[in-house]
Amino acid sequence: MSLIAEIVISFMLIVGGIFGLLGSWGLVKLNDTMRRLHAPTKATTLGVGGVLIASMVYFAVFMERVSFHELLITAFLLITAPITANFVAKAHMHRDVKERDLPPTGGDYGWAGYDEVGDGKQPIDTK
Amino acid sequence: MITFALYFAIACYGIGLLLNLWRIRFAPGVVDRILALDTMVINAIALLNIYGILVGTAVYFEVSLLIAMFGFVSTVAYCRFILRGNIIE
Amino acid sequence: MVGAILRRVFPHPQLTGFLVIIWLLLVNTITLGNLLLGVVLGVLIPGITQPFWPDRPKVGKPLKAAEYILLVLWDICIANIAVAKIILFKSNANTHSQWIAVPLELRSPEAITMLAGTITMTPGTVTAMLSADASHLLVHCLDTDDPDAVRDEIKHRYERRLKEIFE
Repeated sequence: MSLIAEIVISFMLIVGGIFGLLGSWGLVKLNDTMRRLHAPTKATTLGVGGVLIASMVYFAVFMERVSFHELLITAFLLITAPITANFVAKAHMHRDVKERDLPPTGGDYGWAGYDEVGDGKQPIDTK
Repeated sequence: MITFALYFAIACYGIGLLLNLWRIRFAPGVVDRILALDTMVINAIALLNIYGILVGTAVYFEVSLLIAMFGFVSTVAYCRFILRGNIIE
Repeated sequence: MVGAILRRVFPHPQLTGFLVIIWLLLVNTITLGNLLLGVVLGVLIPGITQPFWPDRPKVGKPLKAAEYILLVLWDICIANIAVAKIILFKSNANTHSQWIAVPLELRSPEAITMLAGTITMTPGTVTAMLSADASHLLVHCLDTDDPDAVRDEIKHRYERRLKEIFE
């Protein structure tokens, strides 16, 4: 039992470490800000997830103390990663991307960061 | 076996932090610095957790939970500052 | 009468339950005192923040939602391996990044938020922006030669399921 737990913990730790390193390496290697955005938000989230699962198994098997903090941290990181990525993308487009570089929306309005919605035109019904 | 895996993971995240520092030093724009800082926060969380396993205490989970929250809020605040010019309107 | 009072005290029953569970996870021990404190927080916080969410979002199909969460978790693992391969083995000149406009059929803000988050977590795609009338999503794809296939996969794999869950 404890041998299986050891193998699982070591495997998760090594996978987590490799993906964490890959996320940081992608940040250095890729050559465009939008491309760089892909590397850390994905690889690092799974990297930390692997480490946290390993620590959960470790404390449950070897310390006999079931802990849910790791689940909370994993869930928190999974929920906040898309929001952070979206904010960084918006900041980048606000500073460095012109609207003519983007594809057309195909609708009556442009992209939200560039299109000014005038008075009396409220496309989304926010009540 | 676990100790070896722990040291391997610590080495990975340590190198990752150094790569992030390199990116912060030689970044083409301020957005890349924000991205690198956000990655540094996530790497620091992982490093804290690994250290927590190594010494066998659970205190570091609370620390990393707090750092996760502060990291998220500070990244959003930075981006908002770039987008709008101020943080609280 | 009783219903009106219940609506005043519990404006968002799901949020109350969720807060109690999160509180118990945070303190990490289940005792009667912690449970009571969690319930007090679960009643107080939705009451104070009620002006921020006037409507109750309705999630009708918990089974479908659970299936969707499992699918997304599986896709996150696949996404990491795919992105890792691109980072490790493809040179920058060989990587073809593209912007894709994805037309939306979803209308509720919660469903669009879920779809945007899902796209960010899955293979090589990041949501960047929404069009001003919320009818299109702007997606950045890390490496693709066929943008139409990526768009169709997003629509078929995720948007169809979210439409079933939220509408």
